[in-house]
Amino acid sequence: MRKGQCVERKVKISVQNLSVFFGQHQALRSLTMNVPANRILGIIGPASSGKTTFLRTLNRMNDLDPESRAEGRVLLDGADIYHPSQSAVQLRKRVGMVFALPMPLPMSIYDNVVYGPRLSGIRNRAALDVIVERTLTAAFLWDEVKDRLNMLALRLSGGQQQRLCLARTLAMEPEVVLLDEPCSGLDPISTARIEDALTVLKERYTIILVTNNTKQASRIADETAFFLMGELVELGETSQIFTVPCDQRTSDYVTGRFG
Amino acid sequence: MQNSPNIPVQPNCPDRRRTQNAVVIWCRDKLARYIFLAVAFSATASLLLIALFILKEGVPFIIKVGLKSFLLSSEWNPAAEKFGIYPMIIASLWVTLGAMLIGAPLGVAGAIFLTQFVPRSIMRIIKPMIELLAGIPSVVYGFMGVMVLAPFIRNYLGGPGLSLLAGSIILGVMVLPTVISISTDAINAVPKTYLEGALALGATRWQSVHMVILKAARSGIIASIILAMGRAVGETMAVIMVAGNAVRIPHSALDPVRTLTANIALEMGYATGLHRQALFATGVVLFVVVMILNSLAIAAMKRKTGN
Repeated sequence: MRKGQCVERKVKISVQNLSVFFGQHQALRSLTMNVPANRILGIIGPASSGKTTFLRTLNRMNDLDPESRAEGRVLLDGADIYHPSQSAVQLRKRVGMVFALPMPLPMSIYDNVVYGPRLSGIRNRAALDVIVERTLTAAFLWDEVKDRLNMLALRLSGGQQQRLCLARTLAMEPEVVLLDEPCSGLDPISTARIEDALTVLKERYTIILVTNNTKQASRIADETAFFLMGELVELGETSQIFTVPCDQRTSDYVTGRFG
Repeated sequence: MQNSPNIPVQPNCPDRRRTQNAVVIWCRDKLARYIFLAVAFSATASLLLIALFILKEGVPFIIKVGLKSFLLSSEWNPAAEKFGIYPMIIASLWVTLGAMLIGAPLGVAGAIFLTQFVPRSIMRIIKPMIELLAGIPSVVYGFMGVMVLAPFIRNYLGGPGLSLLAGSIILGVMVLPTVISISTDAINAVPKTYLEGALALGATRWQSVHMVILKAARSGIIASIILAMGRAVGETMAVIMVAGNAVRIPHSALDPVRTLTANIALEMGYATGLHRQALFATGVVLFVVVMILNSLAIAAMKRKTGN
């Protein structure tokens, strides 16, 4: 399954036999895969194939659903994130997430960005100012909002809101950034801005990008995983997945024959 | 092309009958419309009529005695034609304030607990029970106050027992359903995404509740408290039973007090002439206070939808 991968890379997240259930329904079926550090991993697959569930497992957002249950192991830098001694709150500071619908908190642009740092106890105004400028610049948003940082974030356009959410996630200095279809509601220009931001950001972060848009995966992902009905069908270098996939189902999906 | 199944095929009936049907339907439509309009209008009309009636009886009195001496004089002695409702105004304010000090924090905390920290299945059992509290007649609350609360206060804190404190506690419990159900609705109306967003940024459950959810639901929570205040100001029966009804300015929470509403209810039965008018004027004052509180609540809720 891991054809075409010639360089051994540092593994950031190692998933071993992961199954996730919601009540009786099994959403993920015994997944085993490695997520390499400092690359963009694209996850593609049709609706309800478990992509989002997988993402939400990695920062334990599934814990919010009392019906959910995870089996198997997820190792972040070698430590099991579902181990009882691990705190979900601490984990979420290391593994940030950007959701499909941009959802700034009902406060100003500035307060949205510094929400995470403030939770970690940073109160110094100058330090916060630096974080705001750095992260908004990294999210390609600084030039558009630098004169109105005190404006209510909900008044930004959809694309700007999504980049704000990205900046907000970066402000926590996470190690991994999870993106759940971040461009599903955005126009092509906003999408391009976010993609540009991600290609730069992978230098510093490990990025996992769930997308319904196979083109997007082929544009920016270094590796691509194909999910189907809660199973990992294939994982490999993006170029290989899109040109010479090993599995017939992958081939059918990326060429648009089903899904 | 297919006919969609829920559009019935028109029966092939004679033309005359069809037009007749159309006329009948049109008439029935109009009739129903006017009946409903009349019903809806009667509710508004009764509000207007009540307002007019109270104003008609009360305002001439206020003009005759003078607004200042009516509101700010402390002597209430109908036999000597002294009509100062200042002690009652103070009593109403204190009792309401006390009720809010007890009811608002408890109610808001209850709403947070119910929406954030309790599984949905349990909330579905608890919330209707709390709403049932609103259905208990106020006489029953008063009864509990007289039999349980007043003796308790008398024995452990001193004073006559029937007091400002007893009234505040009883009212504080009575407004709980109002505060809890409107606050839970406001909190539930906050998009779930806010909670997820805050949690995904590494906030703990409590941090995301008080920094994000309460902020987003703030106007609804404020509205619930203002509505509860309106209810507390207007409550009569329970207050008569537990507050002691002495016409004097309270100096401690253990003093007996008489509120504006209690004053009207206690004396209306035998009041005549100027005395009767004075009670109506008291009603005018109450009416104005409650109207102001309700408008504030509506304004607070509007601000929420405005955002």
